[in-house]
Amino acid sequence: MSLVFPFTAIVGQDEMKRALLLCAVDPRIGGVLVLGDRGTGKSTAVRALAALLPPMRAVIGCPYGCDPKASSPCEQCRVQRKASGAGVLLKSAKVPVPVVDLPLGATEDRVVGALDLERALTKGEKAFEPGLLGRANRGFLYIDEVNLLEDHLVDVLLDVAASGENVVEREGISVRHPARFVLIGSGNPEEGELRPQLLDRFGLSVEVRTPTELKARVEVVRRRDAFERDPAGFVEQWRKADAKVQRQIDAGRARLESVVVPDEALEQGAKLCIALGTDGLRGELTLLRTARALAAFEGSESVQDSHLQRIAVSALRHRLRRNPLDDSGSDIRVERAMDEVFA
Amino acid sequence: MTDPRWQDALAAAALLAVDPVGLGGVVVRAAPGPVRDAWLAALAGLLVTGAPVRRIPAQIPDARLLGGLDLTATLSAGRPVAERGLLAEADGGVVVVPMAERMSAGTAGRLAAVLDAGEVRVERDGIATCWPTRIAVVALDEGLESEDRPPVVLMDRLGLWIDLDEIAPRDLSPGPWDASDVVLARAALRTLNAADSSESAEAIEALCGVADAIGIASPRPVLASIRAARAAAALEGRTHLAPDDIALAARLLLAPRATRMPPPERPSDDASDPPPAPEQTATPPQAGEAPESPPPPAAQSDSNEEQTSAPPDVDASGQSGADPDTTNSGASDPVDEARPLAEVVLEAVQSALPAGLLAQAGDSRTPRSGSAAQQRSGRVGAARTDPRRGRPDGTQRGDPRRGPRLDLVATLRAAAPWQRLRRREGSRTGIEVRTDDFRVVRRVQRATTTTIFVVDASGSSALNRLAEAKGAVEILLAECYVRRDRVALVAFHGQGADLVLPPTRSLVRARRSLAGLPGGGGTPLAAGLEVGATVADTVRRQGDSPLLVVLTDGRANVSRDRQPGRPRAQDDALAVARQWRTEGYSALLVDTSPRSHPAAQALAQAMGARFLPLPYADSSVLSSAVTATVASERKGPSRQQGRV
Repeated sequence: MSLVFPFTAIVGQDEMKRALLLCAVDPRIGGVLVLGDRGTGKSTAVRALAALLPPMRAVIGCPYGCDPKASSPCEQCRVQRKASGAGVLLKSAKVPVPVVDLPLGATEDRVVGALDLERALTKGEKAFEPGLLGRANRGFLYIDEVNLLEDHLVDVLLDVAASGENVVEREGISVRHPARFVLIGSGNPEEGELRPQLLDRFGLSVEVRTPTELKARVEVVRRRDAFERDPAGFVEQWRKADAKVQRQIDAGRARLESVVVPDEALEQGAKLCIALGTDGLRGELTLLRTARALAAFEGSESVQDSHLQRIAVSALRHRLRRNPLDDSGSDIRVERAMDEVFA
Repeated sequence: MTDPRWQDALAAAALLAVDPVGLGGVVVRAAPGPVRDAWLAALAGLLVTGAPVRRIPAQIPDARLLGGLDLTATLSAGRPVAERGLLAEADGGVVVVPMAERMSAGTAGRLAAVLDAGEVRVERDGIATCWPTRIAVVALDEGLESEDRPPVVLMDRLGLWIDLDEIAPRDLSPGPWDASDVVLARAALRTLNAADSSESAEAIEALCGVADAIGIASPRPVLASIRAARAAAALEGRTHLAPDDIALAARLLLAPRATRMPPPERPSDDASDPPPAPEQTATPPQAGEAPESPPPPAAQSDSNEEQTSAPPDVDASGQSGADPDTTNSGASDPVDEARPLAEVVLEAVQSALPAGLLAQAGDSRTPRSGSAAQQRSGRVGAARTDPRRGRPDGTQRGDPRRGPRLDLVATLRAAAPWQRLRRREGSRTGIEVRTDDFRVVRRVQRATTTTIFVVDASGSSALNRLAEAKGAVEILLAECYVRRDRVALVAFHGQGADLVLPPTRSLVRARRSLAGLPGGGGTPLAAGLEVGATVADTVRRQGDSPLLVVLTDGRANVSRDRQPGRPRAQDDALAVARQWRTEGYSALLVDTSPRSHPAAQALAQAMGARFLPLPYADSSVLSSAVTATVASERKGPSRQQGRV
C-alpha cells in the first residue's frame, strides 16, 4: 500500500480532525459529513485517519471481520461458534480497521453484495459475495463527493446505516449480515445540496474552509510538497505525533464507558436542542455521545460544559430546520443558542 | 513575429509534457480551429513516445470510462473478465476531453477522484479491482460565455489554464523544444525533486503570497505551480530553481485564476531600484506588454534566466532571440538577486492578469462564476432521459451495450433452464448465455419540475412586492429541494430582463443571487416574458417540465424594442403571452397590484395561465399558492414525461 499523508501533519482544520477522531473513539456517534471548499484536505484527512486507527481483533476467515466477542455476529461466525461450543472464542487476529472507499460509479451489486460471478460462471453455483457494505463492517465507509452519489445508492446506504444490518434479498440469494460502519461523506455544497434525509443521518457535520492566514497556507503547501517529494521521510517525521494520537484513541475507547454524564449535562443538552428546535431526539443523543467521546479522548472523568460547547456546532448545525428567511447561517444560530443556554 | 501568448501556450505544453501527473493537466479555452489543433499537435509532439492519448466523449457511460465486466470475454471464457475503461487505458498518457464545459458533474467527480488517487478503483458488475492510472487531463473548453466553464472540481485539479482564443493562426510558430528535450528534462526533474533546497521554501512562500494577493483560495493551484516551476527549471537544464522558473509558473498557473487585483501599494524603495523601475511604474497598457518580453523558456539557451526583467524590445526578436538574452543576462542578473523573490513573481503575474478583471472585481459573484456552469452542466446529465439513471424498476430483456445496466442474476437465471439443452447442441462446458438471455435493469425517472419565477422588479409594481417574491422563492426552494425540483428566477425592470438565478436546487446559490436582486425603473413586461420563455424552453429540452410563475401588476410600459409607451408595451406583452400559450407552458400569473387590474387578467388569459389576484400576499401565502399549482400541473407534464 502506498504511503498516506500523516494525520497530524494536516494544518489546521481542527474541527474536522476532532470530529473524525471522536468517531474513531465512539463509532455510535454516527459518522461525519465534511462539507467545504476545494482543496481543503477533506479526502486527505479521511485517508490519513485510516492509517492512524489502532488495529482491531477479527475472526480469521470471516468475510465481515466479526469481533470474536460480538453479540450479533454474522451467520458464518454463528455457525462456527455453535460448532466449537460455548465459551470457546473463535480464532482471531489483529487486522487494520477497514476504511472502505465507495467510488462514484460503483454499481449496486458491488455495494450491497451479490451473486459471486466467478463461481456462478465457472461452477454454476450460487454463492454470495459480500459488497462494500460488508467489507466496511466495524470500520469506516467513505464517500467522496457524496452529493453526486446516485439516488438509489443513497437509499441503500440510509437503510443500512440506520439498521446496522445489510439484508440482501435478490433473486436466488437471501443473505443478512452485520454492516455497522461509520459513514463519512465529503462534498462541496456549491455543487448541489444533499438530500435532507441523508444530511440528518450523519452524526456530525463539519465545515472546512481554506485557511485565510498566509502563514498557514504556506505551511499547507510546504508540507504537501515535502510529502510528495519524499513520502517515506515525511511520514517518518510525523510517526511519533501520529502514534501519540493513536494511543489517545485507544485510551479514549477504554475510558469511554466509564465517563460519567451528569444530569446537568443532560439538561444543558436538552435545553440547547429545545432552543434550536431540532427535530427528534437524534440531535440530543449525538450531542451527548460526542461530548462523552471528547471527554474520554481528553482523559476527563465526566462530561463538562466545555465538552458540550466545543462539539455543539458540529453535532447540531445540520439539524436545524431550514428557515429561508433567516439569513444567518446555522453556525451562528447554534452559537447564539449556546450563549443563552450556557450564560 | 510570433504572439507571446502562443509562446506561453507552448511553454505550458512543454511543462505538461515534463510533469503530466504533477500538473494534473490543462484547461484549453479555445474554439475548435487551427490554433487549437496546432497546440494539440505541439503537445502530442512533446509527449513521451508511445504515451497513450484517449478522447472522452461528453456523455460517456461508466462502463467505458472506468471499466467493468467485459461481457463478451466473460461469456466466452466462462469466468469473469475485467475490462479496462478509457481512463485506465490512458495510464502514463493524456486524456483529452472535448467540450469539457458540458461535462456532467458526475463524470467530473469520477475524473477528479482518479486524478487524486492516480488509479481507477472499480466496483462494478461483480468486478472489484484497481488499475494504475497516472494521467494528465486536457480539457478543451469551448464555452462561449464566461459562465460556461468546465466543472469546478475538474478545473481546480488541472494546473495549467491557457486561452488560445485571441491568437491568430498566422502567429503560430513551432516551439523551441522537441520530445528529446522533454526526456532530458524528466530526468533533470527527478534530481530537482530529490534536492530539498532552501530555494523551494522561498519559492513556496513567494507563490503562496501571490496566490493570496490575487485571491486564489484553493491550495491545489499553488502546489501545481511549484511543480511547474521545477519542470521549467528542468526544461532549462538547471539543477536549482531560478526566479524565472517561479515567475513563469506563477504567470501560467496563477494569473489566469486571479479573482481580484493584487493590493496596489508597493514598497516605496522600489522606485529607487533603477533598472526595473520603468516597468514597475508602467501604466496598465505597458504592463500588458511586459509578458511579451519573456518568451520564457522560449529559447533553448539556458541563459535566459533574466527574461522577466528583460526590456520589452527583446520581444521583437522573439523567441529566436537567444543571443540578445545572453548579452543582457549579465546586466539584469543582479537586479533579480537584489529584489525579493515574491516581488518578481507578483510582477510577472500582474502583467498577465486577465483583461477585464478590474471591471469584474466589484461583482461578488465573479470568484464563483464557475459554479453556475457547474450547476447547469451537472443538471444536463441528470435530467436527460437516460436508461442508466433513476430508480431501478425491475428488469427487462434488452441489450446492455445500448446503455442500460446488465442485470447479471436475471441474465443467468434466464440462461439457466436452457443449459442442458445448449450443452447438448454444442460441446462447450460452463454456462452458455445467449443474446436472448440478456436482462437489463429498467429504470424510471421521476419527472422533475423547474419553477421559473418571472418577477416584475419595476418601480411601479414592485419594490415592496419584490421582497415577498424573494421570500417565496426561498420557501419554495426549501420545498423543491425536498422534492428534488429546481427553481429559476427572471427579473425584469428598467430596460430589460435578466436571468438572475439559472435553474438550481442549491439554497446557497439562490440566497446569494436573491440578495443581489435590483429593483426600480420601467416595466418591460414583454422582455421579461420572453426571457422566461427562453428559460422554459431550455428546461424542457433538458427533460424537465417548466412551470412559469409570473408576478406582476400586468401594466407594461416598456416595449420589446426598449421604447417607453404603455399601449405598445402592452401589445408586445400580450403577443409574447400568446406564444406561451402556443408552446403550452404551464403558467401561473400572480397579480401583485393593490387592486386587481383588468390588464393582468387579460394577460393571464392570453398565456393560458391560472390567474391569482393577491393584493396583500405575503411570501408564505404566495408559496402555498404556487405549491398548489405545482401539484395540479405536475400530473399533466409528469405523465407526459413518463411516456418519453
